[in-house]
Amino acid sequence: MKEKTAFEEDLKKLQKIVEELSSGKITLGESLKKYEEGVKIAQACSLTLAEAQRKVELLMKKDGKLSLEKFDDAEIDEK
Amino acid sequence: MPEVSKLKSNGLASTGQRDQHIYTVSEITQVIKGLLEEKVGEIWLEGEISNFKAATSGHFYFSLKDQGALILAAMFAHANKSLKFNLEDGQKVICFGKVDVYGPRGQYQIIVERIEPKGVGAQQLAFEQLKKKLNQEGLFDAGHKKPLPQMPFAVGIVTSSKGAAVRDILQILKKGAYGVDVILRSVRVQGEPAANEIASAIADLNSLKHLDLIIVSRGGGSTEDLWSFNEEIVVRAIYNSRLPVISAVGHQINTTLSDLAADVFVETPSAAAKMIVDKKNALLAQLSEFRYQLDFSINSTISDLKNRLTAFTHMLKSPRDHLLEKQQQIDELFSGLNYNIRHALELAQQRESGLIQRLEALSPLAILSRGYSLSVLLPQGAILKDAGMIKPGDKLKTVLAKGAFTSLVQEVFRDERKNSV
Repeated sequence: MKEKTAFEEDLKKLQKIVEELSSGKITLGESLKKYEEGVKIAQACSLTLAEAQRKVELLMKKDGKLSLEKFDDAEIDEK
Repeated sequence: MPEVSKLKSNGLASTGQRDQHIYTVSEITQVIKGLLEEKVGEIWLEGEISNFKAATSGHFYFSLKDQGALILAAMFAHANKSLKFNLEDGQKVICFGKVDVYGPRGQYQIIVERIEPKGVGAQQLAFEQLKKKLNQEGLFDAGHKKPLPQMPFAVGIVTSSKGAAVRDILQILKKGAYGVDVILRSVRVQGEPAANEIASAIADLNSLKHLDLIIVSRGGGSTEDLWSFNEEIVVRAIYNSRLPVISAVGHQINTTLSDLAADVFVETPSAAAKMIVDKKNALLAQLSEFRYQLDFSINSTISDLKNRLTAFTHMLKSPRDHLLEKQQQIDELFSGLNYNIRHALELAQQRESGLIQRLEALSPLAILSRGYSLSVLLPQGAILKDAGMIKPGDKLKTVLAKGAFTSLVQEVFRDERKNSV
């Protein structure tokens, strides 16, 4: 999924920004720009991790054809 | 011997008595075959396998031997199909079968129906054999293992939808990593069809593009219950999986071949789910660490700049500071000077008063006051120290402590002290 690869790339980007910023080798203007970018990425990543969406599906196979069905995991909690 | 009586009752001996019957080879072979069937029949036999051969027909041929003897053995395809382990030369086995005669070669042999390894169980042996084979093939190689994604957002699970494993996994994910999508491929996890179902489920989940990893799982059970996870087809499906596979089968005591082939293996289904939750928590911690470092870096960049600015400002103020410094130096010199002068004065004063005292002690007036007198020769005024300086008739002036008088010299004694003594 796009979202997911974006997440790993974002993490890498964020790490690079942190390293650049802590090296102290860039100008104040650049630092501020990087800082802003870093904060945005960090927020986006945290949001992705904390996302409250969830799907539990059942993969079915009929005559060699795969299909997805909703899986009700509510009953699982009760057991 | 019972054989002898049996032979008699069979009619062979009695026929011989009457009239020498001539057997054909086939006839006698039939008789021997019948005798063996009847007298020996189905037996359990213990021995060591040698000369093992699997024919293309699917039948197995080998010998069983001990120190004293050897018997040929055949195990036909229908019987060896359900064999869980491989027969090898040198194996000690216990067989169940029927002793028979193979007419075309005139050989007696045992037709083996069942065979068990001696000592270890058949299943254990099969496990060890398959493990060895797959290991040699490289299915358990560390180099083949795929790393798990940093964060699995979509997880495929191969297990029974009715089992404890799926319940454990879903509960933990729901609590700790709510955002993770789950696709469950429900399969039987024990019994004859289980291995095929598990293997094809792994392949099916691999065809879904958005999955990040697969958990192959089953709750705890006996070694037999978990046997499907030792089947070659399952192990190969795991090895060939495009997606990383976490094997979470049984409890900690069981290690299955699936565990060995998987990219990561954990001891329980719960542990697999927990691994994902831990990954998420680790990422959250890393993100907040990144946030902290961002803030720290930008703050230190700014404060560093501030410090440099302050330093520059100081450098700009410098001439005035320099002046002040000089002034201070002057002040210091001044106070030093004051002290030195005062000290010098004091010293001079001390020296002066000492001189005065000494001067006073030397004053002739002070001597006169003690009864001495001072005479001078008039009119020159020379102080008299020697009687040789005067002659009779000289006029003298004598000074006393108080007042003075003049007198005329009457007589001179050159050495008065000597004369008077």
